[in-house]
This record gives sequence, structure tokens and C-alpha cells, in this order.
Amino acid sequence: MVVAFFLKFVELNETDMELLLTLFLPLIGALLLLFVNRNNIKTFKYFSLAVSLLTFLVSLLLLIKFDFANPEFQFLTEAVWIEKFDLGFRVGIDGISILLVLLTTFISPITILSSFSAIEKREKEYYVLLLFLQFAMTGVFVALDLFLFYIFWELVLIPMYFIIGLWGGKNRIYASVKFFIYTVVGSLFMLVAIVWLGLYVGGNILKMPSGFTSNFILIRQILSQNVIPFEIERWLFLAFALSFCIKVPLFPLHTWLPDAHTEAPTPGSVILAGILLKLGTYGLIRFNIELFTNSAIYYAPYISVLAVIGIVYGALVSAVQTDVKRLVAFSSVSHLGFVVLGIFSITVEGMQGALIQMVNHGLSTGMLFLAVGILYERRHTREIAEYGGIARVMPAFTVFFGVAMLASVGLPGLNGFVGEFLSLLGAFKSPVLNSYWYTIIGATGVIFAAVYLLTMFQKVVFGPLTNPANHTLKDINRREWAYLVPIVIMMVWIGVYPKFFLNYSEPTVKNVVNRVYQQKFPTQTNIDVLKISTKIGEKK
Amino acid sequence: MVEEIYLLLPMIILSVAIIVFLVVDGIWKNKTVNFWGSIISLLLSFIVTFWSMQYLDFAHNPDYSKFITKGFLAFNGFSYYFDLIFFFAGILTILASRDYQRANYKELNEFYTLVLISTFGMTIISHSNNLLALFLGIETMSLSFYVLAGFFRKSQQSVEAGIKYFLLGAFATGFLVYGIAFVYGATKSIDFSSIALAVQSGNFTSIYLAIGIGLIFIGLSFKVAAFPFHQWAPDVYTGAPTTVSAFMSTAGKASAIFALFLVAKSILLPMHGLEATLKTVANIQTILAVISALTMLVGNFIALVQKDVKRMLAYSSVAHAGYLLMGIVANNPEGWNAIGFYALAYLFMQFGAFTILSLGEKEDNKFNTIEDYYGFSKKHPFLAGTMSVFMLSLAGIPPFAGFFGKYFLFLSAIKAGYLWLTIIAVISSIISMYYYIGLILAMYFKEQKEGIEPRFGLPFVAVLFCLFATILFGLIPQYVIDFTYLLLG
Repeated sequence: MVVAFFLKFVELNETDMELLLTLFLPLIGALLLLFVNRNNIKTFKYFSLAVSLLTFLVSLLLLIKFDFANPEFQFLTEAVWIEKFDLGFRVGIDGISILLVLLTTFISPITILSSFSAIEKREKEYYVLLLFLQFAMTGVFVALDLFLFYIFWELVLIPMYFIIGLWGGKNRIYASVKFFIYTVVGSLFMLVAIVWLGLYVGGNILKMPSGFTSNFILIRQILSQNVIPFEIERWLFLAFALSFCIKVPLFPLHTWLPDAHTEAPTPGSVILAGILLKLGTYGLIRFNIELFTNSAIYYAPYISVLAVIGIVYGALVSAVQTDVKRLVAFSSVSHLGFVVLGIFSITVEGMQGALIQMVNHGLSTGMLFLAVGILYERRHTREIAEYGGIARVMPAFTVFFGVAMLASVGLPGLNGFVGEFLSLLGAFKSPVLNSYWYTIIGATGVIFAAVYLLTMFQKVVFGPLTNPANHTLKDINRREWAYLVPIVIMMVWIGVYPKFFLNYSEPTVKNVVNRVYQQKFPTQTNIDVLKISTKIGEKK
Repeated sequence: MVEEIYLLLPMIILSVAIIVFLVVDGIWKNKTVNFWGSIISLLLSFIVTFWSMQYLDFAHNPDYSKFITKGFLAFNGFSYYFDLIFFFAGILTILASRDYQRANYKELNEFYTLVLISTFGMTIISHSNNLLALFLGIETMSLSFYVLAGFFRKSQQSVEAGIKYFLLGAFATGFLVYGIAFVYGATKSIDFSSIALAVQSGNFTSIYLAIGIGLIFIGLSFKVAAFPFHQWAPDVYTGAPTTVSAFMSTAGKASAIFALFLVAKSILLPMHGLEATLKTVANIQTILAVISALTMLVGNFIALVQKDVKRMLAYSSVAHAGYLLMGIVANNPEGWNAIGFYALAYLFMQFGAFTILSLGEKEDNKFNTIEDYYGFSKKHPFLAGTMSVFMLSLAGIPPFAGFFGKYFLFLSAIKAGYLWLTIIAVISSIISMYYYIGLILAMYFKEQKEGIEPRFGLPFVAVLFCLFATILFGLIPQYVIDFTYLLLG
């Protein structure tokens, strides 16, 4: 039966194997590793590195074959899974997901390379889980079936739970359970919403024989005709948004993040910050904005307010941290605030900015975590006060750390600037938010970021070399060069020529934004909605 | 005549085996013969069931009950599907029990025969076409359960479990019989199809029927361990031999839920069409929904604070009864199918978890607390991984079988308009995550204590079966679903 299933599946797609390979290579690698004796530590390290590098190369083919001008989904694959409920294995990518898939395949080899020294026990479980995690995360970005999306979404949870709980720091058990429960709370409500939506669209509207559908493209097409009354749509919107906002995390749902980031091992933090948080923001665009357009317009100001609070709050809390890793973790709350603000400005600029900011955050915060990890491996402490004057003993490290820090601050010429600028610009021009205060308050976050990051950098790197334990620190080795240099190249590339990446997403983003505004408002008596709609009319 | 043989063959094989082994045991005290004989007879029934299904082609001839037994037993695909579950549960129980008995008490041949008898009782439940047959099946099953629960005569806990189960069970059976009498009085029939006819034609006394149904539901709620009749379950499941608990909480629960399904399908469903009974049936369904919701919440909340893994699994099985009841509340084809799938998925995940417990257990439930499982994964990575799969499946995390079971139940409840029940189910699932994850946490993240020494051998084979099925039905649930839809017609 299993063979039959896979045969069916291969037959359907003879031409576009790239996406399937990108998705399944890590899984195949993980399954193969299961059969290796646990004493062959080198095999685990180099095999998983090879698999992730191969996956990255295959994903580059996606980038090459991708059709810029087409705003719709490409590399579509469809296979029936459960015919009775019209659940299918449907995958494909568009301009929004291609960048995130590439981010995933790019970050994964780096995390594996950084794990060589960070993970010193139970290597077998670790590398299997890491490859499995890559498979699940890629799956979330490419799934075009709500049900499949949910499955991948939950699959991400298990490996991450183990990675935090098994290889984490002192408080790892508390952090891992908190991470698990928080995420599950959101996702189960999403499941109810998915089932309701599937029954409503498949049964009540389309009258399909299965009585249910979870085909994303189909549902999007049906929902664009305003078939769901606003009173119900808003609840669906909230059920999805809860799940995604926990993952992002949006203030005040962020409390799992500092614990999880701080307690996770370095590669775990890199994946958490680099990719896992993007699952949430990706979901917000893909489902909340694309499916529930009316509610998106209705709730955009509320969510944006929370995003702005998150920007300022995250920055302020970062400023008082004494633990480097915790500082970087809280800075994530602040940076992701820009992303959410950009998304819910519902403008082309804002959304483009949000997308590029997602990639940026993955690179710069990922690199900051790597840098902290490099320090931690040498000194086994994360207290800022323990360091000082490191520049004298670790000059090369200082340069990399500095670049990551400046990128995170948003220095023009490096990547962070592009994303934050575009997001704020979008919020400024947004007809939905219709107020300049979002941008004004949000922009203070950039200033705060400069304050806390520069202070931290100064305390750690410059000044006199007071602590005798720091005298003998070794500078970064060849392996560390190998995973830091690619990130720096990408940072400069995005900072100097972001158009290369923006080109990919532009048609899709335009399409998404147009769809939100094109949609006529239903005959609702809800005054707020009508108010907003007239405002949009005036601006245009 | 040939058809009748085909229809009855699985039951004939089983009943002949029971008598033969009882007699053989009296004359020739050979443990190997009884052990393997019981397994082979169950396996034979299992295979023959498939064969009968194929021969009878249920997709086109949905009901054979008219042919034989004068409408006493019904033969349709869905009953045979549940038979398969029961037979497999019996095989797993016997596989898991031999080494367990030897390690904890001593091996007695009656054990295997009792398992056969209770399995036979379950098949009567699943084939009953008539309230009396239903009662007969439930009693056959329960009586052997009472003995099995108290099987370890030297263990106080086991004996206590047996007596407790017997007293309360007998009391609940009283309710069931009383309810059957009322329904008979109200509709002048005990046959499911004639009751349905009587209800449809409005030819019944409304108040007595309502009382009768209420009493039947009380009796059956006891058997599935639904709130507020769940109090016996934790004590009995904890005290009884672990493999017996596994058997009772999976196959026993599945058969009780099947009885509820029969009553709901043949009495509640036709009542929907009548104006006179619409209010009554709506009330009954609301009460059932409330019972279902409370069962989930109570089971999960109490499981949350348990220190003993066996007791935790017992309370979690109460909670799962609540999930299963969602299908009865929904009372639509989706709900019935969901019950069918969930019973199958639940068999494997719950049975596997209990069996792994039984592997490491010493006399009188030693080595059963969560603390004993600290650092279990260090020495036994495979068993710990398997246990984690069962826990995740019970918690309803994809891609394991338990997730699809839950998903289909949610779907049916939402379709029937019970969104609030689904949301409560979701909330209680979230609560349950905490303790399922808690065991995984203990096994992986805690420092190792003095270790459990699990016994491998035949019970391990049962565990492997469960693991394989839990993963397989999570990856390809469509085959089971297509199958049950076909069988339900």
C-alpha cells in the first residue's frame, strides 16, 4: 500500500522534481541515519552536512527555474491522500514561499556545521532530529493543502521540543515544555478552524461528494467571493491568527520565546530565530491575509498596535539584559514586530519589506546566536560582565560579530536596513492603518536597537581585557570561518542589491495586496468595516 | 445454508476453541498447547472473518440478519470490522500476557480461555440485532473481565480491582436490563429494526421510551467509563494485571462504544424524523454531549496529577471515552466511521503503552511510577522511542494514528453542529498534552535513576505490532476509512 501510494505520487510529477527533492531529501537522509550505529559520530556529522548541502544545491535549481513574472503557484504537485475527505498532498511555491524555502535550505547546513562542536552527546538522535526538522519546516512553506500544512506545522514541534529538552541549558525542561504547550494551544484552535472551513466550503458551498475540502487554492478562490459572513470569518481569522501570533511571537504571546531561545543549544537557537519564527509570519500572509481579507482589514490596526508595542517592548527589555543570549532573544521580539507591522500595513512596500526582513532576521539574528555560541563554547558563560576586551584576543571574531550586530541594528548597506525601512514605509503609506503614529513609534525601535546592541557589543568586545580567563581565548577556527562567511556575503548582497530578492516576490505580493482591496465588502451592517472601506476609497 | 456457515464461521471457531481448551486443560495440563492454541484460534477467526467479508460482499448486500438466527444476530460489514479489532486485541493480549504472568504471579491456563470467552462476548455485542443479544454479549464479556481483573489471587490490589469491578458492574447491568424492559414496554419489541420501525411510525409510548433509553445509556456509560460513571475505571485498571487493563481499556471500550452506536443508530436516529420526539431526542443528545465533554475534562484533569504511569493511562482512557462519545453525539456516518477508526487507532496506541509498562513491572505494580522512568531512554532507546510514539499518538500529534482518529471525530462533531463540544475537546487535548509529554520528558530529559529492566520476548512482539500499526495508520489512514465507509454502506 505504501509503495502504491508513492508510485501514484511519482507518476504525477515527472517534470518538476526539484521541489519534491528539496522537501524529501532531508527526510530520506534522516531515515538513512537511523540505521547507522550510534558510535560512528563522524558519519552522522558529515552525512547530515552532505545531505543539507545537497538540498541547498537542489533548492538553487528552484531559484533558477522559477518564473519571476508569474504571481501564481509554481512547481505544483498534487496527489490524493485521503479521497473521502479530499485531503491531498498538494505542494507548490510562489514568490512568497520561495525566499523562505531558500532561507531554510541556506540556514540548515550552517546549523549543522555549527553543531559539530556544540553537540557533544547523543549525536545520533540529534542529527536525525535536525534533518527531520528541516523536512518539516520546508513542508510548512510549500504545503498548499490546509490539512497538510497543519500536519507539517505540528511535525515541527516534536524535533524542536527534543532539541531544546535534550541538548539545552540549565532550565531546558521548563523551556521545552513551555514551548510545546504554547504552540499546541494555538495550533489546535487552528485545526478546528481548518475543519470548519473545509466543511463549509466543501460541503455547504461546493457540495462536493466528499463534503470536505482542504485545497488551499480552491478555498482561496471561493473565499474571494465573500461567501462567509463577516461575523464568522472574524472568528476563523482569530483562530488562525492565534496560532501564528504565538509562533511569531507577537506581544503579549511572546513569553515562551526568551526561555526557548536562551535554553536551546546554539544550533537550536539559530533554527528557532532563523526559520521557526518565520513559520508564523508566513502563515499570517498565506492564510490570514490571503483567505480572510475582510477580517484582515478589520483587525489590521489592532494587530499593528500589538506589533508596535512588541517593537518597543522587546527593545526596552533587551536593553536591561545581563545575559547575551537573552538579549538577542528579546531583540527577536522587537525585530519580528517590524515584520508583522509590514504585513498588516497591507501595502506592497510593507509586505515586501516584511518578507525581506524575515530573511534578514534569519541571517543577522542567526549569526548573532552563532557568535554567542562561539563565545559560550570557549568560556561557558553568557554573562556580559564576564567578557570585555575580547577584540584583542579574537580580532577576526570581532569583525564577524560586529557585522552581525550592525546588520541587526539596521545600518544602511547591510541587509537589516532594507527590510526595516520598507516595513516602516509601508506602515506610513498604509490606507488600512491610516495613521502615522505606527511608523513614528515603530521607528524608535531602530534607535533602541542601536542603543542596546552597541552597548552590548562595546561591553563584550572593547575596553580593557580585565578578566584573566579571557586572556587565553582562541580566535575562530576554519570551521567557524566556513559558516560565518556565507552569511556575511548574503548580508552584504541583500544590503547592496535587494532587488534581486525583491524581484522574486514582487508579482505575488502585488497580487495578494490587490486581492485584499479588490474584494467587495459584503452587505454587512458592521459600521467599522464600512468606515474603513470608505477611507480606502478616499485615498485612492 | 452455506451462507449461514460462512457468516457464523468466526464465532463457531471461537466457541469451539473455548470448549476444547477448557476440556483439554482439565485433562492435559500443558501450558504451551493452551497458549499457542488460543492464539491460533483467534488468528484463524481473524483470517476467516476477512474471508467471510470477501465472500459475502457487504458493499452490495449490506445485511444478512434476515437469513438466520431469526433476527437475533445481525451480520453486516461494520460488525465484522469491529470483530477484527476484537480478535486482534485478543491476540495481542495473549502474546503480551505469558511472560508477564510468569514474572508476576504464575502462568495459569484459564487466563487464555477467559480472554477467548470475553472476545466471544464482544463479537456477540458487535453482531447483536436485538437488545437481549446485546445484553448477553455484554454480560459474557464483563463476567470474564471480572475474573481477569482479579486474576492475580495473591495480589491485594488485583483482588480489590476484581471485586470492585464486579460489584459496580453488576449494579450497572441492572440499569441496562431495566432500560431494556422499559424500551420493550414502550415499543413492544426488542429487535433493533422493529424498534426503529415502531419509532418511525410513532407507535410507542414516549415517556417510557425516554426513560428506557436513559437507563440503557447509564448502563452503557458505565461500561465505557464515561463521567459520572467512571469512578471504577482508574482503580480497576490500576489494580488489574497490566495486560488485562490493556485489553479492557481497548477492546472492552470499543465493544461498549459499539453497543452505544447500535442504540444511537437504531433508536435515536429515527426519532429525529418525528415531531413528537424531536425534543426528547434533542435533550438526550445534549445530555450525551455534556457527558462527553465532562468525561474528557475530568479524565484529563485528574490524569494531570498522577504519579503512577498506569493510573495516568487509566485516567487518560477515561478521557478517550469522552472523545469516542463525540462520534455518538454527532450520530452521522462521519461520526460512526470516526468511531471505527478511533477504536482501531486507540487499540494499538493504548495497548502498546500498557504493554511497555508490563515489560518492566515487578510484583504488585512496582516500577510503574513516572520517577521509575527517569532516564529510561539512556539504556533502552528503542523502547523509550516506542513509548514516545504511543504518547504522541495518544496526545493526537500527527502523523500518528491517534491524530487522524481525533481529526475524524472533530470533523463529525462540527458537521453535526457541535462546535462547542469540539472546542472543549480541543481544550482537553491541550491539557492532555501536558502529561503525555511529561512521560517523554521523564524518559529523555531527566537523569537516570535505578533502571527498569524490561523483559523482551513475546510481549515485545506485541509492542512491535502496535508500533508498526500506530505509524502505518497514521501515514495511510485512507485505506481504513475507505474500508469502513464501504462497510457502513
